[in-house]
Amino acid sequence: MSSSTGPVLYDVAGPEEKARERRISIVLAVVLVLLGGGLVALLARNGAFDDRWLVLVDVPTNFAGFETRHVWQAVFRGLLNTLIAAAIALPLAALLALVLVSLRSSPFAPLRWLVIAITEFFRGLPVVLVMFFGILVLPGATQLIAVVFGLTLYNAAVFAEILRAGIAALPKGQTEAAESLGMGRFLTYRDIQLPQAVRMMMPSLIAQGVVLVKDSSLGYIVGYAELLRSVSRVADALTNAQYLLPLLTVGAAVYIALNISLSRLAVWVQRRSSFARRAPARVVGTPPMP
Amino acid sequence: MGTFLIEREMLWNAFSTTLSLAVISGLLALVVGTIVAGLRVSPYRPLRLVATAYTEFLRNTPLTIVFFFYVFVTPSIGFAFDYRTAATIALTCYTSAFVAEAVRSGINSVAVGQAEAARSLGMSFRQNLLIVVLPQAFRTAIPPLISVLIALVKNTSVAGAFGVFELFAMSRRLTNVYSADVIAILLGVALFYLVICIPLGQLAGRLERKVAFAR
Repeated sequence: MSSSTGPVLYDVAGPEEKARERRISIVLAVVLVLLGGGLVALLARNGAFDDRWLVLVDVPTNFAGFETRHVWQAVFRGLLNTLIAAAIALPLAALLALVLVSLRSSPFAPLRWLVIAITEFFRGLPVVLVMFFGILVLPGATQLIAVVFGLTLYNAAVFAEILRAGIAALPKGQTEAAESLGMGRFLTYRDIQLPQAVRMMMPSLIAQGVVLVKDSSLGYIVGYAELLRSVSRVADALTNAQYLLPLLTVGAAVYIALNISLSRLAVWVQRRSSFARRAPARVVGTPPMP
Repeated sequence: MGTFLIEREMLWNAFSTTLSLAVISGLLALVVGTIVAGLRVSPYRPLRLVATAYTEFLRNTPLTIVFFFYVFVTPSIGFAFDYRTAATIALTCYTSAFVAEAVRSGINSVAVGQAEAARSLGMSFRQNLLIVVLPQAFRTAIPPLISVLIALVKNTSVAGAFGVFELFAMSRRLTNVYSADVIAILLGVALFYLVICIPLGQLAGRLERKVAFAR
């Protein structure tokens, strides 16, 4: 899985070349291990592996009355809050994107322009700015509402753009066949174009879903108690910034596990849908932004 | 908008910080990302493993965590950076992973015959990559690379929450001081991001159509 181009760029090696490659590989591996070891030794000298890691298994006595289970409760509560924000924002964004992309195929031009303006506007903004707008301007907004507000508007714009590209990439024959059957513009859109576009763009849509989950961590900035803020609060409560290293490592590991499983899902869906369709899905619009 | 006239000096400072953060980390990320992509297609397994681990790790970690690491965690293990440097490092690391992916997919899109022809002329891996494949890969990779750079411009806003005074940090300060004009201030700041991002997006779209025709 590491690279499909690998063998193309250089000759398939004969026995002598293979031996040479193996020698070089071994030398490189030794050099890399030495470099890694050097880094670890340097970090160890700076105390990266001292008893601060005990915070994960056996919290030292402290004034806040924190016990080990509180630490893990904080991790799980943070993860739960992250998932809640993502789970609310994801369907909302999908729904809004559906509305946007439907209006975009309306016969009334000013409406189309309005939709284009909205999509371009929110696609060009940092998500955290939209969240910030939510917290300051929406009446009675909690942090969760602000986070969902930002995630929904931004991702709806991106989802809409992906779906638009999907509709544009459909073979013309689909629309023509529908028209020749006497289907009107709306029916053609609803029954012919949209379902195929959704199916074709599913991998891109899931990839953007991963971005949505990742972006929920921006809630940290507007004060939402998601995973990152939740674990950093533990270090605050223990009044020791040293604990941030183990706590952040746990937080990052959770995010990576979550996102890699979502990406795997995307690959699986892509493989399935490429069996279902003869032509491979080709993305015409800009790919989802990291 | 009157607020921006009063505070135009602050506005200019913030805007140029956003721009310079984006430009400096963008250039660094292009270099690092290309090297990582090159390592990922190299014949030597250890190099491939390291490059794959680097991209997969950074692509799946939220940027906020990367920032948090360089701003709050590294000082406790003996590496303290000032806010600006930490922001540049964090943005470079994060963006370079996406650059590497874009370049690698560019390399994958170069027709197999090109590399084969180069090999049959007796070119080594390095010659093949540098003279034949990479120049063509970059052409296909330019539209996705521009998307990566657009995302980078927007991502600089995270630096605003970690001690760097750029547009987002400015919007926080201004909305604090002029609390009556919150909406105007935020729309104004939004305009500055759009001024950078929308033209870049148009450029990417146009280049993409051009590349699609040329193939």
